[in-house]
Amino acid sequence: MIELTGVSRVFGARTVVSDVSLTVEAGAILTIVGTSGSGKTTLLRMINRLVEPSAGTVRIAGRDIRDVPPHILRRGIGYAIQGHGLFPHRSVAENIAVVPRLLGWDRRRIAARVDALLDLFRLDPGVYRDRLPAALSGGEQQRIGVARALAAEPPVLLMDEPFGALDPIIRGQAQADLLAIQRRTGTTIVLVTHDMDEALRLGSRIAVMDRGRLVQEAAPAALIGAPATDFVGALLGRGDRAFQLMALRVVDDLIEPGPAPGEPIPAGISVRAALAESLWSQRPALPVSRDGVLLGRVTRAALEAQGARP
Amino acid sequence: MGEPFATWMRPDPDARPARWIVAGLDPLGTVFAGLLSLSLLALPLMITRPNRIAAGTSLMAWSALPAAAALAVLGIAGFAAALLALRVAPPARLAAGAVALLVLGLAAGGAADHLTPPGDRYSRVSPDAGWWLAFAVAGLAAGDGLARLRPGPGTRIATLAAVTVLAGLALHSGFWNNLSVMREYAGHADTFGREVRTHLGLALSSVAAAALVGIPAALLARPVPALRRTLLGILNILQTLPSMALFGMLIAPLAWIGRSVPGAAELGIAGIGPAPAFVALFAYALLPVAAATVAGLDAVPGPVRDAAAGVGMTSRQRLFQVELPLALPAMLTGLRIVLVQNIGLAVIAGLVGGGGLGVFVFQGISQNAGDLVLLGALPTVALASGSAVLLDAAIAVSRRRRRERTQ
Repeated sequence: MIELTGVSRVFGARTVVSDVSLTVEAGAILTIVGTSGSGKTTLLRMINRLVEPSAGTVRIAGRDIRDVPPHILRRGIGYAIQGHGLFPHRSVAENIAVVPRLLGWDRRRIAARVDALLDLFRLDPGVYRDRLPAALSGGEQQRIGVARALAAEPPVLLMDEPFGALDPIIRGQAQADLLAIQRRTGTTIVLVTHDMDEALRLGSRIAVMDRGRLVQEAAPAALIGAPATDFVGALLGRGDRAFQLMALRVVDDLIEPGPAPGEPIPAGISVRAALAESLWSQRPALPVSRDGVLLGRVTRAALEAQGARP
Repeated sequence: MGEPFATWMRPDPDARPARWIVAGLDPLGTVFAGLLSLSLLALPLMITRPNRIAAGTSLMAWSALPAAAALAVLGIAGFAAALLALRVAPPARLAAGAVALLVLGLAAGGAADHLTPPGDRYSRVSPDAGWWLAFAVAGLAAGDGLARLRPGPGTRIATLAAVTVLAGLALHSGFWNNLSVMREYAGHADTFGREVRTHLGLALSSVAAAALVGIPAALLARPVPALRRTLLGILNILQTLPSMALFGMLIAPLAWIGRSVPGAAELGIAGIGPAPAFVALFAYALLPVAAATVAGLDAVPGPVRDAAAGVGMTSRQRLFQVELPLALPAMLTGLRIVLVQNIGLAVIAGLVGGGGLGVFVFQGISQNAGDLVLLGALPTVALASGSAVLLDAAIAVSRRRRRERTQ
C-alpha cells in the first residue's frame, strides 16, 4: 500500500531522515518508534507531503505521491496528531466534516457520516454534534481528532503520537478503540510513538528509528525475540521481554482437553493475563470457555513456555 | 501568580453576591464616596465670569444654587456616596453612580439659570473643579457598577444608546443653554456639525486605510522573518515621531505633489489642509493594526495550523477558514486601539487647516477662551468613548460564538 524507497530528508546541514526504505502492506498497522529527534515524525510527514523528501520516492497504491498536488493527496489520507489539532472555532460536527466538505460531498451525506462516526466513537450525536472542542474532555477531543481523520473513509491513516496527551487509562481505551475500528474498516495505518509498549500493542509491524536511520523493521514477536541493535534492546527494556512476548499471544492455541478447577478464563485472553491469573489463584491449570461453553484447559507449564526466546 | 489574583482576574460568573448588601465597606467604593463628598463640600461647584475671558469667581454648591436646590443636590449626592461606600450589589452601585451623574447634570443647568441675570448675554457660568471631579468620580462609579454586572455586548450597546439619547434630549431641551460651553456652541452652531463630520471622517478613513494597507502587509510579511522585522521596525519608527514633527515633514512633499502631479490638487492634496492630517493619522494607525494582525496570527496554535494543512486545505483555505477567524478578536482589538487613538489625535488636524473639532480647541487656546476649548474637547471624548464601547461589543461578539457553545 505504502512504499518508501531510499527516502532521506536534510534540513540545512542536518540529516533528519537517512535512506529509509519500507513497505506497508494494505490493512497493516505499522508503528514507527524511536526517541525524540530520531526522525520518526519527519518520516511520517513525508508520506502526506507535509515535508518533501530530499531524496527517494514515496508511493501509495503504486503511485508516486509527487504526481498529485499536495492538498489533493492529503484529502485522501487521514491525519491525526498529538493534541488533536481540532479547530477551536468550529463545532464537533464541523470539525469532523472538514475533509468531506473539501471533497464536495452533499450536505445530507456529510451529516449522516458525522453521526455515524460519533456513534462509532460512542459519543451521542445529539449531545456532541454542536459542541465546541473546548467543551470536551481530553479523551473526547482525541476521539473527535481520529473521527475527523477517518471522515472521508481514507484507505491510509497517518497518526503522530495520537494518544500522547492522554492519561494511561483513557489511552488504553483509545488504543483498544483504534484496533477495533481498524479491524472493521481495514484502513492501513502508520502510527508514530515514542512508547514501545504502545508500538507493540498496536503494530502488526514495528519500525525502529534511531538518529534518522531505520534500524529494524519486524513483527512484534520477532522484534522482542531478536532486537537488531543495543538501541532496540534498550527501547524494549530487556528486563521483561518474556512478559512482553506473552502479552502479544493469546491462550487459544494452548487449549488442551481435560479438567481444571475454578472459574474459567475467557478465550482470547493474553497468555500474560492467563499466567497472572494462574499464579494469583494458585491453580496449575485453568479452564477456558468461550461464550459460556467450556473449551478445555490451559496449564501453567504451557503458558510459561510462551515466554521462552523464540 | 497566586491563586487569589487569578481568581480576581477571572471571577466566577456564579459568584455574584446573592444579597443586596453585605456588612463592611467596599474599598473602591469608599474611595469614590470620599472623593465625591470632598469635591462637593470642599471644592467650588461653579465659576462665574462677567464675560468670556474675564477672571472668574468660584462658588461653592450652596452659593451656586438656590438653598432648597443646593440641599437637594448635596442630600442626594450624599446618599449616593453612602451607598457606594457600603458593600451593595452591582445594580445598586450602578444606580448610585447614575443618580449622582443625573444630579450633577441638573445642578449645572440649574446653577447656570440661577446665576445668569435675566437678559444678560455676556456673563459666563461654567462648572468648576468640584463639579468636574464629582462628575469624573460619579462616572467611574457608574462604570464600575456596570462592569461588575458583566453586561453582554447587547446590553453595552443599549446602555450607550440610552446615554446618547438622554444627553441628546438634555442638549436639545435647552436646559443647559445658559452654560458657558453651550453659549460657545450657540456662537459656532453653523460650523459645529461640519467639523464633527470632518473629524469623524478623518479618523474613520485613516483607520480604514490603515486596515486596508496594514492587514495585507502583515499577512505578506509575517511568514518571512526578515521582512517581518523590517515592516514592524519601520512602523515602530513612524509611531515614535511626534505628530507635530510629522506634519512639518509632510508639508514640503505634499505641497510638491499637489503642485506637480496633475489632478492631485483637485483631490485636496496640499502641504496644509486635510491631506497631511490624513497621512499622519494613517501612519500612526499602521503599526497597531499590523502588529495586532501579526500577534493574532502568531497565536494560532501550532497543532491547529498543522491539522489544517494535514487535512488538505489549500493555503488560501487555511488563511480564510482557520487562521483569520482565530486571529479576528486580536485584530479587532488593534482596530479599537487605533480608532480611539485617531479620534483623539484628529484634533491636531485643526492645527494644519484640516478641520475637525481641533479647530475649536486651537481657536479657544489662541483666544484664551477655555469654554471654546471644551466645545472641541468634550465631543472628542464622547466620540472616542462611544466608539470604544461599540468596538468592545464587536470584539465580545467575535469571541462569544466560541464561548457560548462551550457551555
